[in-house]
Amino acid sequence: MNPTRKRRLIIVTSVVVAAAIAIGLTVFALQQNMNYLFTPSQVQGGQATQYKTFRLGGMVKAGSIQRASDSLKVSFIVVDAAGAMPVEYTGILPDLFRDNQSVIASGRMDGARFIATEVLAKHDETYMPKELKDAMAKAHENRKIDEAAAKDPSP
Amino acid sequence: MIPELGQFALILALLLAIAQGVLPIVGAWRGNAALMAVARPAAIGQAIFVSAAMAILIYAFLSFDFSVVFVADNSNLALPWYYRVTAVWGAHEGSMLLWVFILNVWTVALAAFSRHLPQPFVARVLGVLGWLAVGFLAFILFTSNPFLRELPMPADGGDLNPVLQDPGMTFHPPVLYMGYVGFSVAFAFSIAALLGGELEQAWVRWARPWTNVAWAFLTGGIVAGSWWAYAELGWGGWWFWDPVENASFMPWLVGVALIHAQAVTEKRGSLPAWTVLLSLFAFSLSLLGTFLVRSGVLTSVHAFASDPRRGLYILGFLIVVIGGSLALYAVRAPKVAGGKPFAVLSRETAIMVANLLFATAAAMVLLGTLFPLIGDALNLGKISVGPPYFGFLFVLLMAPVVLLLPFGPYLRWGRGEGKSLTTVALRAGIAAVICAVAGWFFADGRLRAIAGIAGAAWVAVGTLSYVAKRWREMPRGRRFPAEMAGMLLAHFGVAVFLMGVMLSESLSIERDTRLAPGQTETIGGYTFRFDGVQESAGPNWQGDQGVVTVMRDGATVHVMHPQKRVYTRGQVQTESSIDAGVFRDLYVALGEPMDAAHVDGPWALRLYYKPFIRWIWLGGLFMTLGGFVAAGERRFRAKRAAAANQVVPA
Repeated sequence: MNPTRKRRLIIVTSVVVAAAIAIGLTVFALQQNMNYLFTPSQVQGGQATQYKTFRLGGMVKAGSIQRASDSLKVSFIVVDAAGAMPVEYTGILPDLFRDNQSVIASGRMDGARFIATEVLAKHDETYMPKELKDAMAKAHENRKIDEAAAKDPSP
Repeated sequence: MIPELGQFALILALLLAIAQGVLPIVGAWRGNAALMAVARPAAIGQAIFVSAAMAILIYAFLSFDFSVVFVADNSNLALPWYYRVTAVWGAHEGSMLLWVFILNVWTVALAAFSRHLPQPFVARVLGVLGWLAVGFLAFILFTSNPFLRELPMPADGGDLNPVLQDPGMTFHPPVLYMGYVGFSVAFAFSIAALLGGELEQAWVRWARPWTNVAWAFLTGGIVAGSWWAYAELGWGGWWFWDPVENASFMPWLVGVALIHAQAVTEKRGSLPAWTVLLSLFAFSLSLLGTFLVRSGVLTSVHAFASDPRRGLYILGFLIVVIGGSLALYAVRAPKVAGGKPFAVLSRETAIMVANLLFATAAAMVLLGTLFPLIGDALNLGKISVGPPYFGFLFVLLMAPVVLLLPFGPYLRWGRGEGKSLTTVALRAGIAAVICAVAGWFFADGRLRAIAGIAGAAWVAVGTLSYVAKRWREMPRGRRFPAEMAGMLLAHFGVAVFLMGVMLSESLSIERDTRLAPGQTETIGGYTFRFDGVQESAGPNWQGDQGVVTVMRDGATVHVMHPQKRVYTRGQVQTESSIDAGVFRDLYVALGEPMDAAHVDGPWALRLYYKPFIRWIWLGGLFMTLGGFVAAGERRFRAKRAAAANQVVPA
């Protein structure tokens, strides 16, 4: 092989190898960090069983927030139109967390309870995350979102 | 009546923008000097009308004109005057107006400082900027009019989102937009070069300071945003890999690649096609950023109320701009391409490798940010991509950049020379090892902290060693031209930033705890004593103010006053209290009372000890400063006289 061809071959090979490594690592990182969003009824329908951690989205059931008397442990119930799921969390809840507000919690299942490691509430009074609205609409294709949820004046 | 004048001003600005977009480009094509001469007056006229609209909107806020829907939605009688001014960009309609206003600032500056350039080229550049203004003005007038009225007029307005009622928000959006929109200059310049079918090295030289200034603004805007999130969102984080942050970060990454590629093209005539392509991408990603923030297609911690219909318009606009410019590139790039070859061991190669890494990083962030949309389209379910995806890949891609950074200045253009490289590698390497050993004791053997200290020492010593070399070898006055000083400042900023990130990430102590008045908690050698809460009030809020006394070795360090505010419209907002220091921040935020009926009882509190976190923003400020300093290079101005004399065929 003459030097020019040899150099081209080296360049092309290294570009291909670099691209392959980059794509491999990206796919790996994506697979490790994909988080699915489910509503309580979807979880109870068994859709989340294959995922160790996922995000649970819905509305906080009115009057369900209960605090422990000696720690930051708090439990509440997340509902959608057809399901309800008890959630446990230890830590400080976001400012806009309260009854009848939309919430997304990430964590894992422990028996019938959901153990949350992070709780996000919406950041704006009039805003419900679009993906949560879609997920809740999808969970009951032919039903309107629960009355409690519909009271939320989402755009 | 006055808001209607604002509307008329916008309509007139749109008409002038159309004139600015059509006539000069036709003129440049036909070689008609009279048509080309329309560009400047049209641009200035447009700027006057847009400024008038901006002033009228500010006036509407200051005079409580709640008949204007936008004013009624985002301000009320109790809002202090300075937040009524910043409320202009506190929501969608006004921030789009700010976008166009800043586009006009850039356009007018460009019209003023481009007299030495060939007329057809300037006509094309201003024409392209005119079309961008048309796109945004039409968007404002047809989908998001800030002057829309509602009668009867409400007695009082709503409220500006409380998280935006912060000094950080007064300058973060305008500075960030200066950066976003500033890339439009490099974009217009590239489109003009493609339209004209040739790329003069002198024009790249002319475009460089503009791109540097835009990039510096963008850096400053991101730093301000990060600092605001840290202080205001109340969870003490400085970066979340949130879609809105990524939206500003992608153009920044491509911008880094672009300012370096421009240097190669300007000085050596190499990589012209790549420089043009990067200019197109930097601005396209700025537009995409606007789209992501404003359309509400992605769930974000920042997702301020937004409207998908507007998303559709911006999506169409994006397709026209990105698709059109790439199509033009495909047709015309072979004509401007070419470029000089260079040796393997040369500065060009190093810049090219770093360019590829930054471009890949931008692509990686883009994929992760848009993946939820892709998953949605392919019906894979509601997916979000966790921050570790970005963190893992970003560290992997930037590690080689950090490793290569000290060599950059030592490498020569065009040809290789190995000797000085070994010297700098040896010096920086020894410094890194010594600092790593020292760090071993300081950071109790925590690997990330040690890697950070070693990496920072590597970059800092490598950069400083080049400073020393220039000092020794060059005569006074010629040691540090602005361009080089800027580069060295920015590179040194990387070392400071690296130190801040790695140390604060690995050594921070974050504790959420429950404290009754009088109880204490000790973290990082500091004892926090909760002394209960008092009532507190501001112009448009009231709330509880906690008193937390921080002690170390028995002496009081600081008394902190975190607040829990309830705004007039009922929004709750946490105001953290921060004791800032060069080597550590103490951060206290109020959670909530354990029993809402007894605020004098125990509260949930966030107590953070954050070592070196200021260094993150300090590093960013060094980079910002570097960008501005580099733009002041005399060469960029000195050779303009020569460029003016060049006869360039249209």
